[in-house]
Amino acid sequence: MTALAANLRFGLSDSLVLARRNLSHVRQIPEKLIDVTVQPLMFVLLFAYVFGGAIAVPGGNYHEYLMGGIFVQTLTFGVMGPAMSMATDLGEGVLDRFRSLPMARSAFIVGHVMAEFAAALLGLTVMTVAGLIVGWRIHTDVPHAIAGFALLAALAFAMLWLGMLLGSVVRSPDAAQGIVFIVIFPLTFIANAFVPSGTLPNVLQRVANWNPVSAFAAGLRTLFGNPTATPADAPWPLQHPVASSAIWIALLLAVTVPLAIAAYRRRTEQ
Amino acid sequence: MTTSQDAGIFAEGLGKRYGDLWALRDVDLAVPQGSVLGMLGHNGAGKTTAVRILTTLLRPTEGRASVAGHDVMSEAAAVRARIGLAGQQATVDGLLSGRANLEMVGRLYHLPRAVARARADELLERFDLADAADRLVRTFSGGMRRRLDLAASLVATPPVLFLDEPTTGLDPRSRIELWSLLRELVRDGATMLLTTQYLEEADRLADDIVVLDGGRVVAQGAPADLKARVGGERLEVTVGSASELAAAAAALTPFASDQPFVDAEESRVVAPVAAGVPLAEVVRALDAAGVDTTDLHRREATLDDVFLALTEPTAIPTEIAA
Repeated sequence: MTALAANLRFGLSDSLVLARRNLSHVRQIPEKLIDVTVQPLMFVLLFAYVFGGAIAVPGGNYHEYLMGGIFVQTLTFGVMGPAMSMATDLGEGVLDRFRSLPMARSAFIVGHVMAEFAAALLGLTVMTVAGLIVGWRIHTDVPHAIAGFALLAALAFAMLWLGMLLGSVVRSPDAAQGIVFIVIFPLTFIANAFVPSGTLPNVLQRVANWNPVSAFAAGLRTLFGNPTATPADAPWPLQHPVASSAIWIALLLAVTVPLAIAAYRRRTEQ
Repeated sequence: MTTSQDAGIFAEGLGKRYGDLWALRDVDLAVPQGSVLGMLGHNGAGKTTAVRILTTLLRPTEGRASVAGHDVMSEAAAVRARIGLAGQQATVDGLLSGRANLEMVGRLYHLPRAVARARADELLERFDLADAADRLVRTFSGGMRRRLDLAASLVATPPVLFLDEPTTGLDPRSRIELWSLLRELVRDGATMLLTTQYLEEADRLADDIVVLDGGRVVAQGAPADLKARVGGERLEVTVGSASELAAAAAALTPFASDQPFVDAEESRVVAPVAAGVPLAEVVRALDAAGVDTTDLHRREATLDDVFLALTEPTAIPTEIAA
């Protein structure tokens, strides 16, 4: 075996060992799973049955409209999990243990990413099933449906890295939690996630039309064949939601991945 | 002059600077293979900084070091494969069981799964943790965590061990148990660097002692040499008024193995004495000198005394020393 092959093999096996460690944490603290399971389930049911009757969506059914928004909101809150687990690990002695071991240098971060991605995929599955139960359906062909789920997975991946970055720069897990709530809540509500942006007052409407959350939700609705209720005068990103979603995700990853790795290095190798 | 080819721990001119502050400066170390170095110092003396540099967790600002024959900077990976570290904050995962912690560490040392499992069982047995092996580590007592931490550092039987204040925060009984575990490791031929705030701990375990103060080495030598320099016991005399301090110091000088130290703020004279100093005679001498002695007692030398003796040889006002 060449040195490179050996490095790759250890890089992968070390990362899997650490991913397994992070997943065992979830087994010990089941609350960690609530973010990705119970919370989206609750939102699906609340919005579908509490607001569902009051919100009219031009050209379709609200339950069908809602799912694109719930998917995006839940994945956006997916920043929380990685942010909390990174912030917790960076504040504890166990990181010294890992760093003094002959494991691959990348394994700590890759292990976190693997475990959090697995949790996000579980959340996606829960939401998909909940959506089907409340009457959401995919109306497009298989390639579009696959593209829709690929967009979901890519968004989950980008949010995960945003969480890794946040967790590496804050001083405590509590700080990470606070920032997520203050930033993400308004971000997901001043958008077309739950109501068509055309119903918002003028200034908010402009924000909502340019909000990446809106592009993601509209992108999913387009790929799954659900009503988008996009205003006719909406700006380019909302008129081309799939392309703009892809651009947003690429931009997010291009910024968060190097910054998260640099922040982790700065915290550990000063 | 030692060379880095040797398999122990060596450092030359090691320094670490944070902003304007040197946490560590000009530190030279030589720990031959199979020996134990005790690094003694207060909090903030630079002990942990030194350990973190030697275990590749921190890059030094200046100087060089090698561990187990490999440079800590250019061959960090090779160093990591040959060391075990038990850190100051117990470096184990509280949300895993004791067994899962050891197996994970074994896997990250790239031991095959079955070997890692067997090694974990063996260490749990040896460190008296077998009964608690499947409990979450966050339910462990401080002593159990330390033992698990030490076990984790031994998973791959590394030839060089770093133990950063392994007994800090332990009750006396756990401390004695840990000492006997460490002595076993030493008998098995481990090279060990152990930091501590306790002179007694360094004395019991180390072949050589380095005293750090303010990031610098202020003394080094075999424990017996250092203790001889510091003197074994202390006689502490508290007087009624500061004006009697000089007389008290003079009266104590014939019994002292070194110059008495005058602590004016506490109205106290501290004199290093040999074991078995006749206390009755001391009292008579103080009485004869007309000193109003309000308290007198004999005690073991502490780390403070070591520092006083090693770092402040001129602390005694000249008219008293004369």
